[in-house]
Amino acid sequence: MAAAQAGDRAAYEALLRDCVGVIAGVARRQGVPADRIDDVVQDTLVTVHRARQTYDPARSFTAWLAVIAERRAVDLLRKTGRHAVREIHAPLAYERHTDESAGTGRSAFGPEATRRLGEAVADLPARQREAVQHLVLQERSLAETAAATGRSTGSLKVNLHRALKSLRARLGQTG
Amino acid sequence: MAPTSQAQSRHEAVILKLTAELEPVRRLPPPGRRSLLWLSLVAAIAFTLAAVADRPAVAARLAAAPDMWLSLIGSALTMVLAAVAAFELSLPDRSERWALLPLPPALLWLGASGAGCLRAWLVPDTHAADFNDTKDCLAFILALSVPLSALLLGMLRRGHTLRPNLTAAVAGFASAAAAATLLVFFHPYDASATDVAVHVAAVTLVIFANRAYGGRMLRAEVS
Repeated sequence: MAAAQAGDRAAYEALLRDCVGVIAGVARRQGVPADRIDDVVQDTLVTVHRARQTYDPARSFTAWLAVIAERRAVDLLRKTGRHAVREIHAPLAYERHTDESAGTGRSAFGPEATRRLGEAVADLPARQREAVQHLVLQERSLAETAAATGRSTGSLKVNLHRALKSLRARLGQTG
Repeated sequence: MAPTSQAQSRHEAVILKLTAELEPVRRLPPPGRRSLLWLSLVAAIAFTLAAVADRPAVAARLAAAPDMWLSLIGSALTMVLAAVAAFELSLPDRSERWALLPLPPALLWLGASGAGCLRAWLVPDTHAADFNDTKDCLAFILALSVPLSALLLGMLRRGHTLRPNLTAAVAGFASAAAAATLLVFFHPYDASATDVAVHVAAVTLVIFANRAYGGRMLRAEVS
């Protein structure tokens, strides 16, 4: 590192290559998930580069590197922790999200496909048809549909799930 | 293994980029020596102020009230230790515990000032400060803290802190303590409760302003 401070590029390149393994080891010990370890390696390499004037050759380089890697790993864990808190698991909402770019008032399918879909929905058992009509075609919420039909939200979800599965199977076969 | 080799080529790209960017750098002097530089500037300001202040009056006041001495020693030590702590924190590998270093003298400072205002209640005929007097103290501490903080943060930028907000806050503590210490030349009365409260408010304000603005300034170096 002392040579790198003086501007020796060959020494610096060799040093950074040796750093990769050490940083990955530190990140693993800090409990960074396997798929994020490379991010810690990248962050730490950039930090080492920007902080190279602060390294004192009288001290151990490995210890200096390990502390920086440890802090970068903790920073990354904090950051990903915050993201995880903000994200929620809502598969139904995800499925029902309208695609704004698809354009409004225009069917996503041709007239032939729309007719086939209509037939397929009409052939569903009554409860499943009810769920599809309220939740998907009329875009009502689960609570509204539950109030309108007198069914529990759990039963609506199950019926919608079954209906989508059989529609997928039927339309997938013919289409 | 596909992901590993992908990661390796990513690392390789970064290593080559950083190597290409490598310029010789001047090694930073040790934090102790860097803090001495800033402290010597504060000392220079102190000598200038001493030249214009009414020195016999200052000496008489300090001789009459021992707790003022203690409070002065407390604020001066807080300034020194907070400056050392800020320079230590400006290095990426130093422990965050350095931030605790100025706390013991800060307690002495606060305790001695508190004792001063107790005396103001107990001893008759003490000239205690009213809000008008303390307004000047507030202005003095704030006005002197701004250039001292700016200089200190500028020096800290040469380091590379990984805790910018904490480092900037400790730097603010050093600057505010320095300003409060220099105030001794122009403090024509004993500490009163209002006075101590105003000092605490001024120091807190300087710390938070440093944390907000200085933290951003130091973070620009990190990202």
